[in-house]
Amino acid sequence: MPDTDKTIISVQDVTKRFGSTVTAVDNVNLEIKEGEFFALLGPSGCGKTTLLRMIAGFETLTEGAILIDGDDVSSVEPTHRPVNMVFQSYAVFPHMTVEENVGYGLRVVGTPKAEIDSRVKEAIDLVRLSGLEQRKPNKLSGGQQQRVALARALVKKPKVLLLDEPLSALDAKLREAMQLELVRLQENVGITFIIVTHDQKEALSMANRIAVMGDGKILQIASPKTLYEYPSSSFVADFIGQVNLFDVTEQGIAHGELTLTVDELGAVVLPGVDTSRTYHKLALRPEKIGVARDKPSEIGLVAIPAKLVEDSYIGDQSHLYFETAGGKALSASVQNRDRDDHHLNKRGEKMWLYWHPAHFQPLSD
Amino acid sequence: MENWRNNKIAFFILSMPPTAWLMIFFTLPLAIMWVYSFADRGPQGQIELAINFDNYIRAVEWIHLGIIWKSIWTAAIATAITFAIGFPLAMGIAFAPPQWKNALLLMVILPFWTNLLIRTYAWIAVLRTRGFLNFGLEWVHDKINAFFALFGLTDLLGQFEALDLLYSHNAVVIGLVYVYLPFLVLPIYATLEKLDKSYLEASLDLGAGHWRTLFSITFPLALPGILSGCLLAFILSMGTFLTPDLLGGTDSEMIGNLIARQFTSSRDWPFGSALSFLLLYFTFIVLWVRATMADRNRGPV
Repeated sequence: MPDTDKTIISVQDVTKRFGSTVTAVDNVNLEIKEGEFFALLGPSGCGKTTLLRMIAGFETLTEGAILIDGDDVSSVEPTHRPVNMVFQSYAVFPHMTVEENVGYGLRVVGTPKAEIDSRVKEAIDLVRLSGLEQRKPNKLSGGQQQRVALARALVKKPKVLLLDEPLSALDAKLREAMQLELVRLQENVGITFIIVTHDQKEALSMANRIAVMGDGKILQIASPKTLYEYPSSSFVADFIGQVNLFDVTEQGIAHGELTLTVDELGAVVLPGVDTSRTYHKLALRPEKIGVARDKPSEIGLVAIPAKLVEDSYIGDQSHLYFETAGGKALSASVQNRDRDDHHLNKRGEKMWLYWHPAHFQPLSD
Repeated sequence: MENWRNNKIAFFILSMPPTAWLMIFFTLPLAIMWVYSFADRGPQGQIELAINFDNYIRAVEWIHLGIIWKSIWTAAIATAITFAIGFPLAMGIAFAPPQWKNALLLMVILPFWTNLLIRTYAWIAVLRTRGFLNFGLEWVHDKINAFFALFGLTDLLGQFEALDLLYSHNAVVIGLVYVYLPFLVLPIYATLEKLDKSYLEASLDLGAGHWRTLFSITFPLALPGILSGCLLAFILSMGTFLTPDLLGGTDSEMIGNLIARQFTSSRDWPFGSALSFLLLYFTFIVLWVRATMADRNRGPV
């Protein structure tokens, strides 16, 4: 977690245009604190990699400024920026051994030999590659090459480590292990990490804060939990996990509390929600929905009958797809807590879906 | 998967014409030459079949060794200069904006569309005493003189003396560099083009400057292409006869001219064949060294 409130990277009104037609990054503002594990999350082509490359210095800014530790680096070459990058392809130099790769960034700036040796050893230990110092990259696995790339960047003791889709080339099991390892590493070294990823689970599990990008703009910056539970727009809600969206037909205030009317559900009261804004949609996560044979008797729940049209079993969970009498599609996900839980698997069966209205997230777009 | 090996008849039929072509027009003449290289020259220049090594012994006489050495030396200098020009050129094309690349490549390949003989003659027009190069130099010379004359320094540089470039060793080297530049540029370009640019970005990111990146990363990673390109330029320069014939002076004779002369004015086919095979063996050795080096680079660590 961040130790201080010091801003290490400040992105100010940054715009990047390629040619006259393509706007890759559109007026982005961002403050990243020292020691944060920050994620830039978005679908491919949303401008997140371009933004990262601008911080590293590989792309010039069309407008705006980037400050690293208070210094405007807009005109500083990548060579002289106090940040280092782990490339998507790792870019581990194939003609150098692990040790030579890790030491490269120190050798080129004329660090004394003894210091190089001790820092290289330290970095190799840190990423758990001891014993492989003399290997060439073509004798390393993808995960090991990734560690070399990490060690090579960390040995420079950068103010910020930039990671461009670092885990996308690894298989699923290794990816999960590396996620934990990156978090451990970041806590150990205390360096600010900025990771670019299109994988929402990766971002949620690793980062302290996440900026969701779409079409070159930042749509929301929040903690993983806030982002998932309180998305600010239907794009964010939909991009981070699954979501059911309901169209709001009428907005009103009853007893001082926001009341939104939704087809099929009627009026829903949302206590404690800002009444001054206009809302167009209600978002509801699938796992917040309970599924039962009989109508739940508890007062205050929203309950609606629906027909099971499709179910997909994915081991720990099942994703159930329902259709209401009015033709509204709803998805619910349930934990498969019993090994022989067949009662949910009959397609066409009428069931009751229910949830607490507090799980609704009203959206303005 | 369907494999051509599965259909032996089709493979056999399809491979017949090229095989026959190569046998009749390449392997067979080469075999005849090889046999001739052990033969004797008759008094009228006819070929008298025999098996002796006289021609090979003659080839390593001092006078011929001198020409062979001169050929190696000339080819080496030409290759070095070609590389000095060609590597930056290849890099320029490889790192050019995508919309420029094809046009730039076309400019490198364009000379191939004209006959080598004509292109070499064109160099005569450039290099001779009353040629374009001297005209250009004279113009610059006169302008400088005229400029200083304004300040009262009349005839500062003196009378213009034309450079005697044509029919010299330098002219041969210039001609070789010109002719074989594309052969060196294209393999290097192909290697640089395939090179993952993030290696170079990683180097810059780690604090290396552009020159350091060039020598520590670009150069070693492009080495296979550099070797291929240089070898191609070297081997082709080594065996050339047209360039020294047209641009060279009396002392510029290379092994290619010596061989050519045996088949023409000297009418000594056996000796010419022996020299040809020596050149061929030399080429094989160079290629073998290259292959061994490539193996070592790729080998286990």
